[in-house]
Amino acid sequence: MSIKQLFKKKSKVDQHTMPSAKSKADVPEGIMTKCPECKHVILTKDLLKNGKVCPSCQHHYKMTAQERIDHLFDEGSFESLDDHLKTENPLDFPSYTEKVEADAQATGLNEAVLTGVGNIQGSQVAVAVMDAHFRMGSMGSVVGEKITRAVEKATELGIPMLIFSASGGARMQEGVISLMQMAKVSVALERHANKGLLYISIMTYPTTGGVSASFASVGDINLAEPKALIGFAGRRVIEQTVREKLPEDFQTAEFLLNHGQLDAVVHRNDMPEEMNKILKLHARKGAVLV
Amino acid sequence: MSKTLAFEEPIVKLREKINELEEYTAVNDVDLSSEIVNLKNRLVKLETEIYESMEPWDRVQVARHPERPTTMDYITRLFENFIEFHGDRNFGDDEAIIGGIASFEEMPITIIGHQRGKDTKENVKRNFGMPHPEGYRKALRLMKQAEKFHRPIICFIDTKGAYPGKAAEERGQSEAIARNLVEMAGLKVPVISIVIGEGGSGGALALGVANHIHMLENSTYSVISPEGAASILWKDSSLAKQAAEAMKITAPDLKEMNIIDEIIPEVLGGAHRDANKQSLEIRSTLRRSLKTLGELTSDELIDNRYNKFRSIGVFSE
Repeated sequence: MSIKQLFKKKSKVDQHTMPSAKSKADVPEGIMTKCPECKHVILTKDLLKNGKVCPSCQHHYKMTAQERIDHLFDEGSFESLDDHLKTENPLDFPSYTEKVEADAQATGLNEAVLTGVGNIQGSQVAVAVMDAHFRMGSMGSVVGEKITRAVEKATELGIPMLIFSASGGARMQEGVISLMQMAKVSVALERHANKGLLYISIMTYPTTGGVSASFASVGDINLAEPKALIGFAGRRVIEQTVREKLPEDFQTAEFLLNHGQLDAVVHRNDMPEEMNKILKLHARKGAVLV
Repeated sequence: MSKTLAFEEPIVKLREKINELEEYTAVNDVDLSSEIVNLKNRLVKLETEIYESMEPWDRVQVARHPERPTTMDYITRLFENFIEFHGDRNFGDDEAIIGGIASFEEMPITIIGHQRGKDTKENVKRNFGMPHPEGYRKALRLMKQAEKFHRPIICFIDTKGAYPGKAAEERGQSEAIARNLVEMAGLKVPVISIVIGEGGSGGALALGVANHIHMLENSTYSVISPEGAASILWKDSSLAKQAAEAMKITAPDLKEMNIIDEIIPEVLGGAHRDANKQSLEIRSTLRRSLKTLGELTSDELIDNRYNKFRSIGVFSE
């Protein structure tokens, strides 16, 4: 073999082997996960055990709504609400129904939020957990209705309300109806607040647009996960209007904390204990204040 | 002569033709009066035809007309003794929102509205009617003041949206809007919002959690601009015309969806043709609204607002 041949790039096709359908099925998909931030590779089951937080760089992976519930709530205490609500297509948008159905299939949820009542270390709360895997967590009629009903449930039971936001904002395909969901959840939260009840908003990646500009920003306590993207307008839109380079940490949880918009940034694995403390400090003794 | 919109061109052409003939008869010794009368009749018919079958995109054009009356134009025509109040007591005074007190047919009221400019200079001053957080916080301050003194609140909505800027984000644009939504829900006085131009997304809704929402016939109210919708949904902002139709953003659309209470008719060709006449239409709607809401107690007003927004949404169980 000549020297030249030695250094010659071998054709990829020569070496490529196609796994048979059978051998493909033998290897379970996603046994290992590579961190998108630091490229650290970890066994997926270890990642799940660590609350989907990279042990190397503390990157918080996106959580599904169910994972969030499992991570935070006392085992077996969570009971979901309104899983039967179904999205319609009020503006007759082409392929909207199909897209919603496909995401429902993929996530096992009826819409982009999971709501219910459960216990966190013994404290009963109502909760809405948005899931960014479902249409980017965008808010249409069903998302607005489910969160509103959960808030009303909290008001009725006289218990705290928790909302974990993960949303790109309003659901474009439902037009102005989706905008009005911001107001719908807000009127319900006002009634809950009026009863002297606690509302904790927890912003996770991403909390933007109409969700950021409504219920996510008005908790009695506003928390966020580290590095969560939180903002009103999109970064590109702002760059186009201001024509200047935005700081690296623009619209991150830490940026918001520095600008007085958050009470605290809480690491996901500290969240159960932090939540427990807050809830215990707000526990009611005696009659419910009306 | 005000700016011509594309859909109005046949009208303008016909009007030019009539002018030509009139000039011709004046100079030359030819009698064309019968032709002119004919054409004038046709013009009336054509105007009615065109203005009564306006497409959503045509309405968007009228809503954005540079000479369309602004909040201030209506304030001077509808109210007496207006005193403007400035500032959010915290950061500054945002001139994209104006507010103050005045009387409406002897009744003290609070007025708050987005304020656009009509020329470049004023638009710079007013930031094109796109508020920063301090604008919304000023609005909320004035609403709370109105509540204390039992004054009904009248909001004029006229904005492309809340300003998407760095400073706006730093000062909490989201929180400012969100706070207004919650606080407006609990106001103990009547709140009436009237969309007079563009009602752009959260920046509009922050003055819109009202007991009654009315829209001028050619105004729009939407979750995103037609251009924005087109670029998100079809990756092409030039499809704005189609998006304006698909997104259902006109007053008749919102009336049909039961989101607004009344469509306020506009003068032929749009409000910019005659702000005085237009104000009369707004006045009668306002009078009616204030009378209805004036009969409700504080609790009933809050419940009324609750039920209004509670019922919006399309889904099945």
